[in-house]
Amino acid sequence: MPPLKSTSVLTAEARHAVSIVLNGTPRTGHAHPRLLLSDFLRHELGAHGTRVGCEHGVCGACTVRIDGVAVRACLTLAVQADGRRIDTVEGLSQGNEGRMTALQEAFRRHHALQCGFCTAGILMSLTDYLDRNPKPTEEELRDMLSGHLCRCTGYAGIVRAVMDVTGRTVREVAHV
Amino acid sequence: MTATQTATQTIDIEGVSPPPLAASPFVGRAMPRVEDAALLTGVARYADDLPVKPGTLHAAILRSPHAHADLLDINFAAALAVPGVAAVVTGADAKRLAGAFLVGIRAPMEHWCLAIDRVRHVGEPVAVVLADSRYVAEDALDRIEVRYRPLPPVTSISQALEEGSEPLHPAVGSNLVNSRSFRYGAPEAAFARAARSVSVEVEYPRNSCTPMECFVVLADYDAAEDAYEVLSNFSGPFAVHPVMARALNVPGSRLRLKTPPHSGGSFGNKQAVFPYVVLMGLCARVAGRPVKWVEDRLEHLMAATSATARRMRIDAAVEPDGRVLALRMEQTEDCGAYLRAPEPASLYRNHGNLTGAYDIPNLTVTNRIVVTNKTPTGLNRGFGGGQLYYGLERLMNRVAAELGLDPLDVIRRNLVAAEAMPYRTASGGTLDSGDYRATLEQAVREGALDALKARRDALRAEGRLYGIGYAAVVEPSISNMGYITTVLTAEERRKAGPKNGAQATASVAVDPTGGVSVTVASAPQGQGHRTVLAQVVADVFGLRFEDIRVNTDLDTGKDAWSIASGNYSSRFAGAVAGAAQVAATRLRGRIAALVAGQLNCRAEDVRFAGGKVFSDANPDNGLSFSRVAAAGHWSPGTLPDGQEAALRETAFWTPEPLKAPTDADHINSSACYGFIFDFCGVEIDRTTGALRIDRYVTMHDAGRLLNPLLVEGQILGGFAHAVGTALYEEYAYGDDGRFLSGTFADYLVPTACEVPVPIILHRESPSPVTPLGAKGVGEGNCMSTPVCLANAVADALSADGVDEVPSLPITPAKLAALIHPPEPPRPASAAGSEETPPPAAVKGGRGLTGEGSREVPATPEQVWAILLDPKELAALLPGCEALDLAGPNAYRAEVVVGIGPVKGRYTAQVALSDLDPPKALTLTGSGTSALGSGSGTGHVTLERTATGTRVTYRYSASVGGKVAAVGGRMLDSASRLLIGQFFEKLVARAGGAEGLADSSSLLTRLLRLLGFNR
Repeated sequence: MPPLKSTSVLTAEARHAVSIVLNGTPRTGHAHPRLLLSDFLRHELGAHGTRVGCEHGVCGACTVRIDGVAVRACLTLAVQADGRRIDTVEGLSQGNEGRMTALQEAFRRHHALQCGFCTAGILMSLTDYLDRNPKPTEEELRDMLSGHLCRCTGYAGIVRAVMDVTGRTVREVAHV
Repeated sequence: MTATQTATQTIDIEGVSPPPLAASPFVGRAMPRVEDAALLTGVARYADDLPVKPGTLHAAILRSPHAHADLLDINFAAALAVPGVAAVVTGADAKRLAGAFLVGIRAPMEHWCLAIDRVRHVGEPVAVVLADSRYVAEDALDRIEVRYRPLPPVTSISQALEEGSEPLHPAVGSNLVNSRSFRYGAPEAAFARAARSVSVEVEYPRNSCTPMECFVVLADYDAAEDAYEVLSNFSGPFAVHPVMARALNVPGSRLRLKTPPHSGGSFGNKQAVFPYVVLMGLCARVAGRPVKWVEDRLEHLMAATSATARRMRIDAAVEPDGRVLALRMEQTEDCGAYLRAPEPASLYRNHGNLTGAYDIPNLTVTNRIVVTNKTPTGLNRGFGGGQLYYGLERLMNRVAAELGLDPLDVIRRNLVAAEAMPYRTASGGTLDSGDYRATLEQAVREGALDALKARRDALRAEGRLYGIGYAAVVEPSISNMGYITTVLTAEERRKAGPKNGAQATASVAVDPTGGVSVTVASAPQGQGHRTVLAQVVADVFGLRFEDIRVNTDLDTGKDAWSIASGNYSSRFAGAVAGAAQVAATRLRGRIAALVAGQLNCRAEDVRFAGGKVFSDANPDNGLSFSRVAAAGHWSPGTLPDGQEAALRETAFWTPEPLKAPTDADHINSSACYGFIFDFCGVEIDRTTGALRIDRYVTMHDAGRLLNPLLVEGQILGGFAHAVGTALYEEYAYGDDGRFLSGTFADYLVPTACEVPVPIILHRESPSPVTPLGAKGVGEGNCMSTPVCLANAVADALSADGVDEVPSLPITPAKLAALIHPPEPPRPASAAGSEETPPPAAVKGGRGLTGEGSREVPATPEQVWAILLDPKELAALLPGCEALDLAGPNAYRAEVVVGIGPVKGRYTAQVALSDLDPPKALTLTGSGTSALGSGSGTGHVTLERTATGTRVTYRYSASVGGKVAAVGGRMLDSASRLLIGQFFEKLVARAGGAEGLADSSSLLTRLLRLLGFNR
């Protein structure tokens, strides 16, 4: 991530204006320099779709896209996002004329979510990943998904949904 | 199979496969969920997303860094002075305004929402800061000073059972807080006549299902009404509601508890938010403002809840053919620091099915409950079943091994016969339905066991370590609210009054437009209750799936609920969906009675289908359902004389077979029992000890399946948790009770690369007990899978002559230790360094010992003078910001230390002792901060040499609390770095710049070599 504007002088005690383009719409809020991007999105801008699961950068639930790249919002300061484009789960259907994207629909069909708390982060990572690797093998996909923790699904539905939407079939049990 | 392989079975998902005929019922179909659109688009509202009232304060909790200590005093003046802080709440406030939680056994133990006088586990809440923001509240935590006097910690079951172990609850006098023995049938005679006996001893570790969303509580107190209103992602059982109300000193009607529209998983764990419901209620009352608290991940892992650890010994009286005549069980349960409601339920949940899927008529059981200085235990997927079956199915495996039989034949020989259904178990359970033997044979056939055996033989012939394991269990669902009272004696139960049943509630209503809505008290945590209820109720009224609106938010101030309400014991499909069907059917009956006259037929001939209401005799002459249903709102005057409008029906349904324990301690602990038979093949890498699940087949008979898509999801999810339990997850503690698994980088949850996709098979034997014939299905693999994998490991290792299975979790390190010969001793260091090799860690985890020496270009007297001079000492201590004399050679120091991701300000006591000038001294230090506690001792000797002084040191140090929990992976090197810094500075001070320059290159290199510097 590029450094802050050289003109920025941030004071720890002060709240600073942070302007981002959130899902295509310019939004401005205020943040102390230490405020996490996840907290800024959720509590300052009211964009609750991004979930917070660990704040240690391990579980992946808070993943958003910053200028297109999947990033942990809990490991990013709000002030670091100033002037950038942030895409969150709320933007997926907005960018699809209000309908759920093919990936979201596949998640629904394949029961790729239960409690749904990890889902937003997984969808954001996947949209970035599939942009770069549109037809991953199942091994590649599982490797990528290992950056996200899901406690409900055992990941099976998630894998099936992605393989379905990318036009690939999941491997069948072959060895016996 | 590798993680990438997938089950062959397919489910026809609605919308993917052709839609079925309109007339076919929705129940039984794989309907995608109504919940998903909100979750997938981010508009779903979890507890932390809901709006808060203006002026809401945010809570941060100060937690004990000690496993066991007297709580001497709390000084929070500095915290209150932090701008933005409104209040600090301590145990004194709890004593003033709240009460202790009720405990499920007769023993003088008290558990409060905040520690009073003593802390009993790392992470126990000690104080709460309430501030304008969470950030400010956490800042202020660092300003609270707490003085503790550490007590000897009790950190294992065996230690808790020792005579001399420090009692956690002095009034109880022992850490063995409850013991009960049970005898069923004629076990002594069976053991006497049996050909032989076989026994196993196993231990089950602490772990937890760790939902992705942590606890959330929003609390408000209405002083005018002396009433609390709390919103929390509490999952039930609502039997805990009276416990909360009582702890808040109000009747139940003055604790209005609400649940949010969505909850991010629970798996039982969110039962354990209840002490925080009370704590935040108390905080709101003290502060006079609403309070919000969101648990963070460290808090959750460290102090939320855990499955019980259990030690189990079982002896079986067996015949030569493997038939088991009797069991003798001894179970000792570690419930942690407090027996928190509904514990000791873990130990008694399976009391009616202690003999599993087997026909074993004779049984003795001794159940013991101990307390330890660890997080209190609670509900966790599989609740008590993982523990029980780990012992029982390892035993059946041992029976086969010792008798030289095929383990599958031993299972076959002992399974309950279909003709015996409903089968009454020795301890009083009623296995309600199923043909276990046929189910097993179906799994063997459809799961291709023969091919798996051939594969094992082929791989073994190549010298590979491969094994096959089996497990057969019954999966209990819909807990009897009375089973917990089995821990009491019959006499105690008589005094307390009988407890039994499991009230499920559901309300079905029609609105003025004829729409149908359903409300239930099932507190779903992501399972899809709304979808299934819409299926059930749409079928009853002959309406479309989308015509039914289901609301699962719960408000104890307005909704129908009972103590059994909530999301646990796999009660939804059997009890809650059943109650919804009962309510809908009653409402339909009332509507039929009202409309029969209009249709010119009898009420029992009125039919509901396709959105119409009509007479069976004249289907073409139908009325619209919505018009008929809404009539009671718009024109009650037109109803037949004396009849009430049919607008809403609330059903309370409790399973008939759930009675209170008998005087002989027979208890049917659950309403239904599903059957699971699993088998699997695993391979162990000879070099690394890594275990690979090659193939896993899981066969379920969960009665009637209401939605196969959701059933599959439950099985896959339970299986993933079970893989974690078996191979990865454990709440690790040091011997001194420090908690060591505070992040998901330390507590290893399986990822997409570690969870294979099992082959799922079904058989449906409807339960005769539940309205829809359904049984629970979500917990079973947490009971069957860990032991099935362990049995496969046993089989794999047996081929190498290893007659042992590692304890759970079965990690590569443990397997490698069994399959490799002991390593040869380390060769003597070739470096010729004057330093000793890197020190070994102190037994029990995050402790350190070490030693070393340095050549310093100064006389011993000069070095001595530096060490004894407070100003010099202050300069030597890494991060020391202030050092004040506190007594002769004793100092009070302010030290800021950062380790890994966390940085903290410690108030430390530093002392010099054993002074032998200028030859030797002992430096001791101990400190506490919001990050935890640390202590250390260093012995320093000074020896005159030709060029100066040789400083030799030996140290031991330990660190606890947050630092140990989250920084564990970095702690050893970081501590060595800090200690290295101390001596580096000493060298610099003693030798001056020149001396240091002289030796710096050598010293720096040496320090780097030893990890003292980077």
